[in-house]
Amino acid sequence: MTPPVRRWVFLVGAAGLAAFYLFGLSGLPGFGHYPGPYGFILNRVAVPQTNATGVVSAVNFEYRGFDTVGEEFILFAAVAGMAVVLRHLRGEHEGRQPLDEASDRDLPPTSDAARMVALLFTGPIVLIGWWLVSHAQASPSGGFQGGVVIATGFVLLYLSGEFRVFHRLGPADVAAAVEAVGAGGFVGTGLAAVAMNLPYLKNFLPLGTVPGAVSSSGTIALISFFVGLEVAAAFILVVGELLKQTLLVRGKKR
Amino acid sequence: MMATATAFAPATGLMDALQVTLLLLVAAGATAVVLVRERVTQVLVLSAYGLLLALLFLAFQAPDVTLSELTVGSVLLPAVILLTLAKVRKREE
Repeated sequence: MTPPVRRWVFLVGAAGLAAFYLFGLSGLPGFGHYPGPYGFILNRVAVPQTNATGVVSAVNFEYRGFDTVGEEFILFAAVAGMAVVLRHLRGEHEGRQPLDEASDRDLPPTSDAARMVALLFTGPIVLIGWWLVSHAQASPSGGFQGGVVIATGFVLLYLSGEFRVFHRLGPADVAAAVEAVGAGGFVGTGLAAVAMNLPYLKNFLPLGTVPGAVSSSGTIALISFFVGLEVAAAFILVVGELLKQTLLVRGKKR
Repeated sequence: MMATATAFAPATGLMDALQVTLLLLVAAGATAVVLVRERVTQVLVLSAYGLLLALLFLAFQAPDVTLSELTVGSVLLPAVILLTLAKVRKREE
């Protein structure tokens, strides 16, 4: 194809895309105007039905709980796939690259400032993550957000130069087991409802008396806890695998 | 849940200005991420872009999504990319 022809093909394609795009935009509801009944209905019934004042969590973990199971397993499958791709290959071994290091020199130490900040923040960040996981039913938060925040606490440990602590506190085996418990707990909570002759993921636990209390909302809080476990472990695994990769050296081909 | 109910009414005044400003900043940020060619700098710009997106979601009253974007977009994604770059660079040497 010569450049002029190519340009014409592009222009025709772009014009078609623009036409369909504008056509699609013209059918959208006005900015800030929500047309459906679903949100308004939920706003009215969610708190009386579930005792969860965090209605988004009620939607995620109850009304649309099955969708969230799917999302959960997207992450689960992604991490499993990553662990498989990044496994130790034959001829790879842990070690330092000999090229960038003189034999009498050690790796440059982490600066005291970075160390201080990282160590100071690790505890509060894990606490905030835990708060987010355990308050999904009360305020805007949830297992996913909280889980990721907890995982960033572990990343901070690594930033503080405590690579070995990172691996001791978040060893791959334990993280993998915790991830499995989290994912399995979510599915199991749904199956427990089925065992009681209820629909899958139906809320079967007592809802508590105070809407928005930590002890309220039955399975919503429980599922948020499981999701928190799964997500925190998943991200610790991802970061751990990648960190290990940076330490791996590929041996000579035999 | 009154806050969520009023979110559907068109925002006015200050909120409008904030939303428009953030939309423009996000557009500029996304362009900047694409235009920066140096890889490590690009990761830092991407992280700042994640922060902008999080603020945008907050201005549109979606605090749940803000939390996810804040942690994933401006912390974990850049960290994962940086680690990958470290690995790739090591192999190139």
